[in-house]
Amino acid sequence: MIATIGFYIFAVILLISAAMVVSARNPVHSVLFLILAFFNAAALFLIAGAEFLAMILVIVYVGAVAVLFMFVVMMLDVNFAEMREGLQRYAPVGGAVGLVLLAELAFVLGGWQFHPEAAALRLSPTPTNLSNTAALGNILYTRYIFLFQAAGLILLVAMIGAIVLTLRDRRTVRRQSIARQVARQRSETLAMVEVSIGASVAEIGVLTPLPEAEPEVEAAHAAAHGAGHGEHADMPHTVPHGAEGH
Amino acid sequence: MVGGMPVGLGHYLAVGAILLVLGVFGIFLNRKNVIVILMSIELILLAVNLNLVAFSAALGDLVGQVFAMFVLTVAAAEAAIGLAIVVVYFRNRGSIEVEDVTLMKG
Repeated sequence: MIATIGFYIFAVILLISAAMVVSARNPVHSVLFLILAFFNAAALFLIAGAEFLAMILVIVYVGAVAVLFMFVVMMLDVNFAEMREGLQRYAPVGGAVGLVLLAELAFVLGGWQFHPEAAALRLSPTPTNLSNTAALGNILYTRYIFLFQAAGLILLVAMIGAIVLTLRDRRTVRRQSIARQVARQRSETLAMVEVSIGASVAEIGVLTPLPEAEPEVEAAHAAAHGAGHGEHADMPHTVPHGAEGH
Repeated sequence: MVGGMPVGLGHYLAVGAILLVLGVFGIFLNRKNVIVILMSIELILLAVNLNLVAFSAALGDLVGQVFAMFVLTVAAAEAAIGLAIVVVYFRNRGSIEVEDVTLMKG
């Protein structure tokens, strides 16, 4: 009885917060409602008896994915207000598609039942003497070990992809270049000078300015970021957005 | 019904269906904002997970929960890659509107 009441409360909050995610004016509010939706979905998982998945949902989704969304929303300084202009234009189409989809799902739910042999076809029946986490571990690390490792590979590829996509080498950072250090010759750094008595350093001519560090790389970098924004204040900002693609 | 669940399977399926429709509606509603579209996709995948867990509990079959875990993994990877693409795109073009994405039109 208490579980039923809890189910309805959590389900209602879940649906309301999901509606707020898609309709909130401010994307930060969207992310916060998404977190609330994840918490309530975790509660529904708990009521269904999937304790481990509920904890995974809270830890991975609320702790990592939602915070990632929050980082990105706050990092991009986009004018989110003008982004909602076409709202009235798209709402009828979206509502129509949503209603059609909901009607189809209602039809499916209305005339649906289990196959009579469904209980006999179970791959791994839930053991009664184990907790949910132990039972999941028993089959996840034995029968589904390859799928488990494939999931790990997917996460590895995602991690490498995200790093490769977003990494940029800032030119203001001075890094050690071992190749240049090793290839350094004595002739380009050392000069033997006859010093006359009383002459200043400038008169002898050994006071040469340091060479510009890798000018060709700098030029290529400037060309690649020609359509960039704001971060190179010294560059001519001639290319308008959307002009070079056509 | 085989397994013991305090709430009927139909209730879970109804909640999952409404959640999925809300996600699809969100994709149509926020046609310009890629971040909210990604959040709508998360909602759709959450609805899928809800259905998987509900069927797993109703049938007493643990495989549904294993599959839900893999769906969670793929959804997390998708969110990470999608947000990385959004960041790179914003860095290059200064906008994240979907209608501005015409770089491959030629």
